[in-house]
Amino acid sequence: MMAFFGKITLNIFAFFFLTATSIFAAGGGDNYVKDYKFSFEGPLGSFDQNQLQRGLKVYTEICSACHGLKYVPIRTLGDEGGLGYSEDEVRAYAENYEIFDPELDDYRPAKPTDHFPEVVDAGAPDLSLMAKARAGFHGPMGTGINQFVKGIGGAEYIASLLAGYTGEEKEEFGTVFYENTAYPGRWIAMAPPLYGEDVDYDDGHSNELKYEAMDVAAFLTWAAEPKMMARKHVGFRAVLFLILLSALLYATNKTLWAPIKKKVA
Amino acid sequence: MAGIPHDHYKPGSKGEKWLHSRLPIVGLLYDTLMIPTPKNLNWMWIWGIVLTFCLALQIITGIVLAMHYTPHVDEAFASVEHIMRNVNGGHMLRYLHANGASLFFIAVYCHIFRGLYYGSYKAPREVTWIIGMLIYLLMMGTAFMGYVLPWGQMSFWGATVITGLFGAIPFIGDALQTLLLGGPAVDNATLNRFFSLHYLFPFLIAGLVIVHIWAFHTTGNNNPTGVEVRRTSKEEAEKDTVPFWPYFVIKDLFALAVILVVFFAVVGFMPNYLGHPDNYIEANPLATPAHIVPEWYFLPFYAILRAFTADVWVVMIVSFFTGGIIDAKFFGVLAMFGAILVMALAPWLDTSSVRSARYRPMLKLWFAILVFDFFFLMWLGAMPAEEPYASLSLIASTYWFAYFLVILPLLGVLEKPLPQPKTIEEDFNKSHAKKPTIEPSPPAEVPAE
Repeated sequence: MMAFFGKITLNIFAFFFLTATSIFAAGGGDNYVKDYKFSFEGPLGSFDQNQLQRGLKVYTEICSACHGLKYVPIRTLGDEGGLGYSEDEVRAYAENYEIFDPELDDYRPAKPTDHFPEVVDAGAPDLSLMAKARAGFHGPMGTGINQFVKGIGGAEYIASLLAGYTGEEKEEFGTVFYENTAYPGRWIAMAPPLYGEDVDYDDGHSNELKYEAMDVAAFLTWAAEPKMMARKHVGFRAVLFLILLSALLYATNKTLWAPIKKKVA
Repeated sequence: MAGIPHDHYKPGSKGEKWLHSRLPIVGLLYDTLMIPTPKNLNWMWIWGIVLTFCLALQIITGIVLAMHYTPHVDEAFASVEHIMRNVNGGHMLRYLHANGASLFFIAVYCHIFRGLYYGSYKAPREVTWIIGMLIYLLMMGTAFMGYVLPWGQMSFWGATVITGLFGAIPFIGDALQTLLLGGPAVDNATLNRFFSLHYLFPFLIAGLVIVHIWAFHTTGNNNPTGVEVRRTSKEEAEKDTVPFWPYFVIKDLFALAVILVVFFAVVGFMPNYLGHPDNYIEANPLATPAHIVPEWYFLPFYAILRAFTADVWVVMIVSFFTGGIIDAKFFGVLAMFGAILVMALAPWLDTSSVRSARYRPMLKLWFAILVFDFFFLMWLGAMPAEEPYASLSLIASTYWFAYFLVILPLLGVLEKPLPQPKTIEEDFNKSHAKKPTIEPSPPAEVPAE
């Protein structure tokens, strides 16, 4: 009898953790997202500092023309577990940007304590949270299993999108749309931002299109979840501690109940 | 507390006597903690502790989050990002709070289905059951309003859809919806009142939890056999029970620790798995998301809500006879709340004299289908409102109602129950008796402690 209920309970959990979430593609599955391998995947994965720095360079030289990062403070470029720049490097980087200061009623060079500027002119979305606001993987059949196995896939979606232009374009009502295999609905208003070898990397890494796309996707994942390393660290220690605590409580419970059960046996 | 005979608190020292004659609070706590508890409780009786833990976790993390959160449409989304990026440990607080809601609902569903299986709702525990249902309703209200606070796209559109349900109520709907929203649409007034009530409700829940515990401490716990503890004398009662402290406190804490291993793995390694990516886009009243999906714990009832469309014959008949006052939209709302109401009425719908499904072979089967039905509805609630999901939702919703309104009343008549043990002691002894086979030393591993 208990086994019967136990089985139900087990199924309940299997269901909860594997099937309950069901998140859908906006366009309904006509887009293709490649499962790129990133260093920060999995419980033990961590950001690749060099990759984040390369991604920042792609963002700065290409993306930032149209897209802002308004929730990201520039000072966090110096954070441990992220890009890890020195204080001077961060200060020098901040001066790339002109910020409107309401107190001066004028523009001034940005300081590390400022956020990355918001860019509104191009009508392009802010990228601060883009890596968490898109799902690369779905299903199958609304079960959420793919996200459980591969992750939600925000970074994979960004990389696939940037590398997914076919070269086809069409004009509708005066707007040019570009065909993209990763974009739900396939036609996107953003012109191809990267072609490969657009940015010279300081660390000599290959700047093929695939790597540029992956690097900036990694950087945007950091921008969306800057505390990921700290979080995994806490998670890892909590899990280990709780396993130990469980073992101790199991032994305590066993000893405690032994006389009660012995009376029977 | 009344019920099972047991030793009561006796103030020992002079100080204890002084306090006890003025306020017997130590005695109250002592009697609560030392309550005689059936010794055959199995692992499905651990969810109460998990739920208590969840309530405490949500209140503590919530209070700290509220110190950093700004309930204003222009600031709310940014203030959540402030918590995630700048507040010390803020990202952990927020992920614990968000996933804590999911753990809360996993535990409450296990707790409710445990009650349904072992007949915990039956006399004399009806009041405990009804209070439990009220707690569950308050939990749903709290969770729904909490999900609006980050002011993401799903927050905004979920609030728009769900408050729209109240607009479907005939005659007073529009006024009620306006009152809920504080205006004609989801806006700053809505966010402010939701924040206020989201802070208030957990304390109402805490109050009801005390009454819930009071009620079942008066009747005594149910147990897997459904057979009552013998109350004729203290000696007999002691054969059926052990004190809650330390036996069940330690057992429950062990179970809690195991569950928290999984919980912290989710919080640490995949904190957004149970959320929706659209909620990382700030609310925009001008852009509707392609699919508006509620959180997973609402999905079964969301599926029931959507199942009754205007082309279902029951809806047509009801609509015809009420002169269109009950239209499809209002019918769906009635069905959704009705699904919870029939569950609350289970004590009076179940006609069987036997409490536990352990001795009810037919109920066992129908109950298994009900559990499957619940998950099936959950899945359907996440699918788009189109065929074949619409028809399947209708079938699954029908079963939900049929279980409570038809099967439970009929089984009391049709079913031939199996023999039940005379006492809890007998059941305990049977499952812990030394197996007549090998190994003389350690008693074999048994699930039911």
